[in-house]
Amino acid sequence: MKIHLTSVFVDDQAKAERFYTEILGFVKKHDVPLGETDRWLTVVSPDELDGTELLLEPAGHPAVKPYRDALVQDGIPVAQFAVDDVRAEFERLIALGVRFTQEPLEMGPVTTAVFDDTCGNLIQIATKPQ
Amino acid sequence: MVADDLFKALADPTRRTILDELTQKSGQTLFEICARLSMKHQLGISRQGVSQHLAVLEAAGLVETRREGRYKFHDLNTAPLRRIADRWLAPHPSGPEENTP
Repeated sequence: MKIHLTSVFVDDQAKAERFYTEILGFVKKHDVPLGETDRWLTVVSPDELDGTELLLEPAGHPAVKPYRDALVQDGIPVAQFAVDDVRAEFERLIALGVRFTQEPLEMGPVTTAVFDDTCGNLIQIATKPQ
Repeated sequence: MVADDLFKALADPTRRTILDELTQKSGQTLFEICARLSMKHQLGISRQGVSQHLAVLEAAGLVETRREGRYKFHDLNTAPLRRIADRWLAPHPSGPEENTP
């Protein structure tokens, strides 16, 4: 078994597409119309074009808002992305206006930080395990 | 602030560790406090447990919470510590107040 796709709920797919590609640097993989307004919209890492896809899923279901509000209030991220240098990525994203709820925190061999994806979620970035 | 709440809050080692971490950096989410306790201090404690410790610290006035948009941050407030220390270090000439047995 392989994890080939995972998803995050996003408030607005067009806005999410811009944030995840232009700000985070992912590459759009699939974009298929689904019903009247929704799309099957996935992105992948530019380093792994055939790697795990992230589905940017519409957040229309009524359970999504209370679920995400509770997680965001407590600072809990819904996904984790690996970067080579958390502090460098933090500086880069701050310069682009991204809001962090947790600044880079070194804990032994692992450094993490948490930011707001502007689509309703908190995302954690972490150094790759050595 | 009742002094009993303060001494009770300080009597627990996990709560003292939370104060240590907030001393290093004020304005932490529950998630960050949990991460620091588990990764830096190897404290295997649930988020709910940490929440309960924070509630005790908040009741004692040592931790204050602040809403900023959709986020909630925890700040350290050391003012109550100064008051209990002054009781012995800088006592009032007329003796201790009646409500601090």
